[in-house]
Amino acid sequence: MAAVRSLVHRTYETVKAVEDVSFDIAPGERVGLLGSNGAGKTTTLKMLSGLLHPTSGSVQVAGHDPKNRDRAFLERISLVLGQRQRLLWDLPPSETFELHRLVYGVSREDCTATLAELDRLLDLRDLPRRPTRELSLGERMKCELAAALIHRPKVLFLDEPTIGLDVAMQVAVRAFVQRYNEEHGATLILTSHYMDDVLALCPRVIVMDRGSVMYDGALDALARRMRPEKQVVLQLERPVEPRDLASLGTLVSHGDREVVLRVDPDKLKGVLADALARLPIRDLTVRDPPLEEIMADLFAGDGARALPTESAT
Amino acid sequence: MSVARSLTQFRAFAHVGTTEAMAYRAEAFVWLLSGTMPLIMIAFFGAVTRDGPIGRYSTTSVVAYFLATFVVRNLTASRISWQVNLEIRDGTLGGRLLLPVHPLVAYAAESLGAMPVRVLGSATMALVMLAVLASGSLSHDPFIWLLWSVSVVLAWLLSLFVSVTIGALAFFVDSSAKLMDAWLAGLFVFSGYLIPVDLFPPRLRAVVDWLPFRYQLGLPAELMVGAHDELHALLLVGRQLGFVVAGAVITLLVWRRGLARFAAHGG
Repeated sequence: MAAVRSLVHRTYETVKAVEDVSFDIAPGERVGLLGSNGAGKTTTLKMLSGLLHPTSGSVQVAGHDPKNRDRAFLERISLVLGQRQRLLWDLPPSETFELHRLVYGVSREDCTATLAELDRLLDLRDLPRRPTRELSLGERMKCELAAALIHRPKVLFLDEPTIGLDVAMQVAVRAFVQRYNEEHGATLILTSHYMDDVLALCPRVIVMDRGSVMYDGALDALARRMRPEKQVVLQLERPVEPRDLASLGTLVSHGDREVVLRVDPDKLKGVLADALARLPIRDLTVRDPPLEEIMADLFAGDGARALPTESAT
Repeated sequence: MSVARSLTQFRAFAHVGTTEAMAYRAEAFVWLLSGTMPLIMIAFFGAVTRDGPIGRYSTTSVVAYFLATFVVRNLTASRISWQVNLEIRDGTLGGRLLLPVHPLVAYAAESLGAMPVRVLGSATMALVMLAVLASGSLSHDPFIWLLWSVSVVLAWLLSLFVSVTIGALAFFVDSSAKLMDAWLAGLFVFSGYLIPVDLFPPRLRAVVDWLPFRYQLGLPAELMVGAHDELHALLLVGRQLGFVVAGAVITLLVWRRGLARFAAHGG
């Protein structure tokens, strides 16, 4: 019935994907865009790269308005979408590389040198000569990155570049992206659901929620702000009862041989002394809460909304 | 940007079109078969004209005309509409938009690059058949053949603009594929593809003269078989040029308006 109804009467709803988003990024910076699904991260990246046109406000990237698609702008940027491929599907990646070389006006010598460098960093081997459709996701992503970098962009947008990759490949891609940033001074803006990507690559994060910027600043400052407490991990000689731990802090997890406690940093010294005096401790570790937990808190319910508004710029 | 750089870019996309067409050899064969309707019409009109000419068409001249439409159709058809529609709907247009080349230039180059693979066999075959079966019915006027070469290019451009424009309507509607099917129905009926335009009733012909279909296909075929004197041919090619200019303007307008609505789905 709904299908028949939509034939004669369609209803439309205007949804603001992003609103009141404002930030500056310096050349050479590495910045992570964080947010839950639908927060507006990819929309922001697509506006920065000129694929989407904002209905109001202004965007400047490397001195250009992206929506104008100036040649000089397009030659300075690249966008890698982890869920969207730009390689020519039925042809080997080498064909895409050659197309990009000619389109961007890269000399054959420069292209050969760049591809040699990319081969060294990404371990491409014979991948460029095999049909794209026969490559695995990880192999394709390596070639996607290579194709995106043949013209050595100064601004690199990465949207979920490690999605679907195995752990080894994720590490390789992260290392590659970091080296590219360091060696070429390229500005890097990344979105990822993998916190390891953000941890490894982005000293600065911009947290978005429901289309707005909720935080813009250092990642470690965000962690301290969201979860100022410390976590104490106790390795035990033998099991202890929960009541023996109650006075130390909030119990995060309780196993026979390992206990994790959440402790107020101001009380840390006393808690450690008490624990060492009373409990059968084999080893003890003090750490910050894992970033995954912080982010889970942040994106659960109104976590991001609870961030102090002055942190947004 | 220098002309040399533009040509290099055009060649790069044309190469992609050629290489992809070669990768889709089976599809190219189907493409060849799908364009054989004029050959069927030769059989039909051949039977009808056996007892005497229809209009100015004898059996020989009808063979010449439909072989000419076969050649022109193969040289000018554009199937880019489905690609544009698909790229808009699934967001792959985004990758194209990131390249420092206007997507319309890229589409044109890819379309042109794919042409030799798709038409080399069929057009050659038709040209040989024309020479053997109906060379007497072809125009012998060099000026007409000069106009023909211009007209084929214009017909290709017009088909390209129509195809891109209809494909680009996917910016505004869920899918434009059916609109292209509807356009093709109009093309087959009103372009001279199935029935020569000069066999239409006068009133209908007067309308057809001011529709774009004939200038996508029928006019170059008519020039090949010498259906018009030089002055009239020049007038018709001039009108065809007008349609091409209008097509270019409409294409750019639709494209620009549509791009502002592009949702860049996926990713």
